[in-house]
This record gives sequence, C-alpha cells and structure tokens, in this order.
Amino acid sequence: MAALTVAGRPRSRRLSQWTIMPATYLVSIVIFGVTIVPLLFVFLDGARSNEQLGANSIGLPNPWVWSNYSSILTTAPFWQFIGNSALIATVATILAVTFGSMAAFALSRYAFRGREFYYTLFISGLLFPLVMAALPLFALLQDLGLLDSWLGVALPEAAFALPITMLILRPFMRAIPGDLEDAALVDGAGRMRFFVQILIPLCKPALVTVSLLAFVTSWNQFLLPLLVFTTQSHFTLPVGVSVYQSTYSTNTALELAFTGLAALPALAVFVFAERYLVAGASGAVKG
Amino acid sequence: MTRSTADAGLTGPAATAEAVAAGPRAARPTSWSRRRRLRKTTELSILLGPGLVLFLLFVLGPIAVGIYYSLYNWDGYGPVTNFVGLKNYTYAFQSDEFITAIVHTLLLTGLALVIQGPLALGIALLLNRKFRGRGFMRLVIFAPYVLPPAVTAVMWSLLLQPDGFVDAVFKSVGLGGLVTLWLANLHIVLYTNFVVLTWQYLGFGIVLLLAGLQGIPTELKEAAAIDGASAWDVTRRITLPLLGPTIRIWVFITVIGSLQVFDIIWLMTQGGPAGASDSMATYMYRTGFQNQAFGYGTAVSIIMFVFCLVFCLAYQRYALRRDTEGAMTRAVA
Repeated sequence: MAALTVAGRPRSRRLSQWTIMPATYLVSIVIFGVTIVPLLFVFLDGARSNEQLGANSIGLPNPWVWSNYSSILTTAPFWQFIGNSALIATVATILAVTFGSMAAFALSRYAFRGREFYYTLFISGLLFPLVMAALPLFALLQDLGLLDSWLGVALPEAAFALPITMLILRPFMRAIPGDLEDAALVDGAGRMRFFVQILIPLCKPALVTVSLLAFVTSWNQFLLPLLVFTTQSHFTLPVGVSVYQSTYSTNTALELAFTGLAALPALAVFVFAERYLVAGASGAVKG
Repeated sequence: MTRSTADAGLTGPAATAEAVAAGPRAARPTSWSRRRRLRKTTELSILLGPGLVLFLLFVLGPIAVGIYYSLYNWDGYGPVTNFVGLKNYTYAFQSDEFITAIVHTLLLTGLALVIQGPLALGIALLLNRKFRGRGFMRLVIFAPYVLPPAVTAVMWSLLLQPDGFVDAVFKSVGLGGLVTLWLANLHIVLYTNFVVLTWQYLGFGIVLLLAGLQGIPTELKEAAAIDGASAWDVTRRITLPLLGPTIRIWVFITVIGSLQVFDIIWLMTQGGPAGASDSMATYMYRTGFQNQAFGYGTAVSIIMFVFCLVFCLAYQRYALRRDTEGAMTRAVA
C-alpha cells in the first residue's frame, strides 16, 4: 500500500485513488452483504410469524412477534444447552491449558533426552482430527463408563486441544530470557516456583490465546457430544440446535429464532476476543 | 508416565549449567547431583505426566485401538470376537457409496483450494490498506468462522428452504430462473454444501493472510516502488513470495479440514439425497454409528486417516520443508 503513495509517482497514486479504493469499498460492501445480511435475517425472521414468512420471505417483521423468542428464553432446553456447553468448554479449557502449559514448560526449559520426541508426539496430534478418532473414542468412553456424561466430552476435547496449545506455548516460553530463570534460581526459588510465579504471568498473552482457542473449539464441537449424549437435558448447544431443528421442523419461525439465539454467545465472545483469536490463527504460522 | 520418568533421568547440558550456577551449594558433588537429578526427574514427571496421559489415552489410544476394531465385524457393543481380517477394507473399496464419498471429499477439498484460496488472497490483498472501517470489516469477515458449524448448517438449511430467503433473493435480482431445490437437487446439493462451507471458512483464510501481509516489511515494497516497480510487480514479486509460508499453512489447514468435513453436510443433508452429498465422514458416521457396523465404520476412519497422513507426508516433503520454521514439519518428518 505504502508503495502506492510514495511521492513522485503520480500514476500509481492515481491508480490507488481511482481504482483500488473504490474496489476496496465495493468488495467490503459485498462481503458485508453476504456475511451479515443472512445472519440479520435469521434474527429478524425469528421475530415474524410463519404466516408472515410464508407471505414474503424477505421482509421486516410486521407486526413484531416476540413470542418465538420469549417462549425459547423462558423454557429450560435453551438454558440447559448453554449451561452444558459452558461447563464442558470451561473444564476442557482449564484441563488443556493447565496440563498444556505444564508440559510446554517441561519441553521448553528443561534439557533431557527425548524432549524433541515428546514435543513431536504432542504436535503429531494436529494430524489426528477428532472426527477420525470418534468411533474408537466412543468405544473407549463406553468402557470407561463415561457415555452420556459431560466428562466424556470434556476429557477428549481437552486432550485434542493439547497439540495446538503446545504449538503456541512452547516457542513463547522458550523466548523468555534464561537470565530471568537464573535469577530466580539464585534467589532460591526452585524451578516450580519460577514456573508458577514468574513464567505463567509472563505468558499471559499466549495463555489467553490458547484458552480462547480451546474454549471456542469445545463450544463448537458437534460430533463428539452427538455420539456421547443420549439424554436431551445433557446436550450441548450445537447438538441442541440440531435436535430443535428436527423437533420443530414445521415451525420455521421458531427454528430461526432458536438458531439466532444459539449464534449469539459465539458472536458476543468473538467481538471481545477477536484479536486473540486472530493471534491464535497467525500463531499457527509463526509456530 | 513411566517412560517420561526414565527418559527424564538422563542428564542433559542444563544440569551441568545448573551445577555451575548453584555454586557454593555444590559442596558434596556426588550425593548433591544425585538428589538434584532425582528432583529434576520428579519435576519432569509431574509436569509432563498429566498431559501425556490425557493425550495418549484420548488421542493416540483411539487411533491405535481403531486399527484393531477395524479388523472385526462388531456392532459397537459387547465382546469383540468376530475377526474378519481386512474384509472391512476390501468391502469399503468395493462399495460404490464409499467411492462416491471419497470422490466428493476430494472434490470439496479441490474446490476449497481452487476457489477459496484465490478468493481469500484477492480479498486480503485488497483489504490490506488503510481505509475507513477496516477494523469493522475484519470483524465482519471473521464472524462466520467463529459460529458453531452446527448453527451455520441449521441457519442455512432454513434460509435455503424452498421459497425461503435465498430463493427470494434470487428472484428479487431477476435470477429466479436459477432457483432450484438447493438441498434436494442431486446435481446441485454438493455445491450448495460447498457454498455454505465457503461462507463459514473463507474468513479464516482472509484473516490468516491479512496477518501474514502485515508481517511483510513495508520498506521492501517502498524500495521496489522507488526503483520503478508497478503495484502489480510489487504484489507478484515481493508480496506473494513473502506470503508463501502463510499460504502453505492455509493450504495445510484447509486440506486437513476438508478431508474430515462432517458437521455442515450432516446437518444440512445427512449426505443425501441418496448419497449425493456424502463425505467420507458422513459415510463413516452413518454406517459405523447409525447402522451399527462399528468395525466397518472404524475401517472407514482409518482410511480417512491414511488420506490425511499421505497428504501430510507428501506436503511436508514438497512444500512445507521450504519454510524455515517447521513445527508442523517436524511433526510429520
């Protein structure tokens, strides 16, 4: 970009002003239209009746029908789904980040034979997406008596979050100067105390990123809870949405309202956490 | 955990460094260093143990056990006794349904690379400049990516209903003739799924590439411009090569993601109608779990895994090794 505004290159500047900027805005408008408008209509259509939807598929609510939203928000399932998702995502995140940062500490600041082997082992997990392990995982959870239990979802999710956690945390921990560790050791702190009291606070930005990644991944996970849960009151939000869809397949307006409400938590978290998630995405590149 | 303890016991260079750093306290070297070593071993097993157990039990364990199950005819419950050898695998490759699912999955992967890639790159290049509302646009672009895929799928299956939102949009811009049963037309349904997948995942590519673009020093581009390079030359000869690592990681993530695509297809069409939108993962779920051919389903997941592994090894060999930082690379080396 800067190249185009360098003084003394009027042709480039003209190009910038007359073609690139309008194109930028045009593309922005198209992206906005394709991305946000459908979402917006999900929310608006949720405030219409099925008769209104049938008469005209694109239209504003007239009159606004709040009964869809209020009936969802005043009954148990929606809140149960949210609660289950939140519990599972929280536990999975705490486990993944606690165990992941401990292991990343061992693999970044201790010297021992087999260190690179263990790191490679953890990172190889990036090649095993949960979908491919789902069926044997189901059999394992059955043997462990963890079917239809939130732990049966949270534990595997924590395990599958470890590779990306390690991938981001290890280089971060490695980059922290050894002088700090030496100083702590000379002061008689011991390595564990150095880890808890000095390293962990220093790693806060990376920890926020890996926590959010683990949380969002767990929150969005569909196949594992679909396999594990049989009782409806145990369902997570993604499974709940799909069940709601098949239960109320004749009531489109109600489904739209439910889908819109189900999208809200992710969107709300995202608005506050965007820059950490982007950091996570690019962290994968920087390794 | 026992393995980690055993390995941890071996003294590395750091232990020597510690001995030097500890200075006067190293009065009785032999017993001191032994205690020190024991302490290091304990620390390492405490630190590594829990993560390693969790990882081996729930990530590597199922893959290994899956190979075992895939050799049996088993419904997922009760004892695993009916050994059938490789029959599940031969059956899979003789099944037209599964071959179709493989073709669909590869097609979706190819489409993602050929369509989403250039699209994401073009948009990222265009948006990588200062303009009013840039921060807001970044938010808008990334938003679909954070939605649970299940929510995306249900949302679009509602919007794609006959005479629904999408049909109305087509009609309102005069393209009513194109309207079809998006999720029931045998020839269209796979591409409908692809469009929804693109809606969800394009933003990830754009944001990833934008982050990569911001890592390219502007001095390089300025210098080239001063030397008389046109904007196109700068993009082609400086920006794109320097974006290489980001693009290669995007390709890696996209292929691995596409090979296992499940949520959106399952919730929009369940792989139907008549298998017209089946992916390997939806086929695996339907046969293995719903139809309780559990052993067979695991064979299908192992085949999926082999696809993944072959891609990773080939990609590592031919593309990723060029990158200096190779955390991913090392994983498959």
